[in-house]
Amino acid sequence: MHIAVAVRLMPKAGDEIEVQPDGKDIDRELVEMVISEFDDQALEEAVLIKEATGATVTAVGLRAEGVEPALQVAYARGADRLVVADAGELDPYDSRTASLAFAAAFRALAPDLVLVGVQTPTDLFGQTAPHLAADLGWPQASVVVGVTAEDGSARVVQEYAGGRLAVLELPLPAVVGVQSASSPPRYVSMGRLRQAMTEANPEPLAVSVEVPAATPALVSLARPESRAGATMLEGDAEEIAAQIVGVLRERGALVS
Amino acid sequence: MGDVLVYIDPSINGRLLAFARPLADAAGGALVALVAGSERSGAEALGAADVVLEVTHPALSPYVPEAHQAVLAAAIAERAPDLVLVENTTHGYDVAAAAAAAAGLPFIGYCVDASLAGGEVEAVSGVYGGQLHATSRTRLPAVLAVNSTALHAEPSPTGAGERVQLAPPPALDSLRTRYVEAVEPPDEGVDLSSADMIVCVGRGIGGAENVELAADLASALGAELAASRPVVDSGWLPRARQVGKSGAHVTPKLYLALGVSGAPEHVEGMQGAELVVAVNSDPGAAIFNVAHYGAVADLFDVADELTALLEEG
Repeated sequence: MHIAVAVRLMPKAGDEIEVQPDGKDIDRELVEMVISEFDDQALEEAVLIKEATGATVTAVGLRAEGVEPALQVAYARGADRLVVADAGELDPYDSRTASLAFAAAFRALAPDLVLVGVQTPTDLFGQTAPHLAADLGWPQASVVVGVTAEDGSARVVQEYAGGRLAVLELPLPAVVGVQSASSPPRYVSMGRLRQAMTEANPEPLAVSVEVPAATPALVSLARPESRAGATMLEGDAEEIAAQIVGVLRERGALVS
Repeated sequence: MGDVLVYIDPSINGRLLAFARPLADAAGGALVALVAGSERSGAEALGAADVVLEVTHPALSPYVPEAHQAVLAAAIAERAPDLVLVENTTHGYDVAAAAAAAAGLPFIGYCVDASLAGGEVEAVSGVYGGQLHATSRTRLPAVLAVNSTALHAEPSPTGAGERVQLAPPPALDSLRTRYVEAVEPPDEGVDLSSADMIVCVGRGIGGAENVELAADLASALGAELAASRPVVDSGWLPRARQVGKSGAHVTPKLYLALGVSGAPEHVEGMQGAELVVAVNSDPGAAIFNVAHYGAVADLFDVADELTALLEEG
């Protein structure tokens, strides 16, 4: 069995997100781009299936700054093969065209199962899993919290509002939008990571896509206005704690 | 022409119809609710629609993504609406972008606001975990997915509520996906939904070894300990303690958020809290947009001081 995982990039958690003066993008000088949170979960699930069944795992990214180190992390975590699909310059907010580039790459790589993170922080024009379902004509399930696969089919656990769960069976090839892996993503040692940097060489794959005529246009990015208008508490930790206790007493949340 | 078609996820309320009403009025068309199930729906919220488009077929419940994708695609082909709205539930993730791609329609996700003018729709969406709003614009017809956090108003039964049957698409008789069974989540004896006070830890807690500090504070307050999804996905706290879209929806008197970024998926589960106090070291954290009181500070220091103050009494 051959599993492909989409590797997309997002700013590292905690990095400063600042909008550029023209409002069209964030200041990319301030952030380190790393594998997106849910793709990280999808990668872990693929490696768990590999360990259970002997499947091979190909991690696929689109050409962009930071994609090669992200793929090398995927290698260190257990991916067997790394591919950088080159569709030319893509708008970072045009997730529709990015999905078409992934679809072209997966047609060429012909995996049995595609695992992708259920969403990214910037897939504004659509999530990749349902896009691939439409573009490749494969069955799909999103918001999945566990996958097993063998003998031409995958069983997935899909999650619904309030934490309800159901098991679905999809014939392969299929695409799954992963929310969380069956167990937390594994820790990779610095030594293993350094080894991956020298051993793992992503293969280039040229793909051809056209931006669909029906693609929305991003007008601007901005910080949202605060709805509740939070009262900000100032001071050191002791002073902040005292103010919080004061608020709780005032609101009757504390009896003493 | 000019219709606004709303896909109704049967497991949730009909607030998306209230969101859609002004858009249908602006488009000069009917508000059409699409309801797909194995039996005809009697949901009261549907009274807010002008037309209730019903598709009834045994393959439509229990829910299978492929079946509902086929129904939405068939409804779009049949009604040729100007605008299609889907709520960002699990159903929404499955069907909305897929239907748009299949029909060659533009799609905008994570919407918190939308307006129509000059044959175009302008939508405001949450991106970067709710830290930024993206305004984007596209021509009609188009598909929008709307965040549940943007749906506040209950629908009013002012629609004509005309019931129209839509023939089930042939794909429903040859689905590849098979529903196997429902899974009962393990009962871990945690009931966040009825808790009066909650201390919730987010990614900022940094690791399982730091959870005890928050547990001590929760204990000093007499509060339940909860977590956002990244904390649970990292295995630092059990899933039964998760608050958010896929976890518990809570309405405590106090919600103390420590190191919680405030992504829309989290806010969906806690926006009903009476009093929200947030501590986060990132001044740009989206949680401050929903908090009543906020502090940009080290959560460990504040939690320690709070526990000490509360234990002093």
